[in-house]
Amino acid sequence: MRHYELTFIVDPVLSNEEIQVVRQTYEDQVKKLGCKIVHVDDIGLKQLAYPINKRNSGIYYSIEFEAENGEAIAPLELAMRRDERIMRFLSIALDKFGVKYNEDKRNGLIRKTQRQRRKTKSPELVAPIAAKIPELLEEAIEPIVDEDVIL
Amino acid sequence: MASQEDIKFLSNPNIGKQRKKYCRFKKFGIRHIDYKDPDFLAQFLNEQGKILPRRITGNSLKYQRKVSEAIKRARHLGMLPFVTDLLK
Repeated sequence: MRHYELTFIVDPVLSNEEIQVVRQTYEDQVKKLGCKIVHVDDIGLKQLAYPINKRNSGIYYSIEFEAENGEAIAPLELAMRRDERIMRFLSIALDKFGVKYNEDKRNGLIRKTQRQRRKTKSPELVAPIAAKIPELLEEAIEPIVDEDVIL
Repeated sequence: MASQEDIKFLSNPNIGKQRKKYCRFKKFGIRHIDYKDPDFLAQFLNEQGKILPRRITGNSLKYQRKVSEAIKRARHLGMLPFVTDLLK
């Protein structure tokens, strides 16, 4: 028995029901090919890093399933290639560490990595200081103005 | 007058010393690299979205291969860019 993972991007222009239909179609097809579905990960709407088929976002789904051998992959890929509702797909075989990782992820043992950004001060931290700047400036200028140094 | 022994530590001896690089996957026991986690994979990219070499990340050969494979899968799925500017 091997675990496989089929990730695909559904066109976001479709209505919610149509998207559910797409998902259901592939779930049924995986089952019909004699595979056992382990988990369907609904990743949801995500911004794409580059446009695909002139779309800038996509709805991600990831089906993890268990199969005796890889025979089920070819018909699934063929169906996805023919399907216009699917923008991209990727099917991979998981090794034992991948299976363990997905299981841990489902049980919430793996936390999401935080996006690392360039070291900039967050607006919440900067705001109170920024609000004070005019006051501070005035205070600094006041003695100068009093002494008529500017003139 | 400061003796010879005092002068020895007037400058910080740790400045300019290179910290030893290590493979984070080996060190923290990470065995699987998820291609669906672009934020994690972005740590191994430079600003143009190119994969950083081992001599900079310190990854072992085994995990560098896995990282590059995961990045390429993520690129295919539109989670990471092939080429870009100002990724970080």
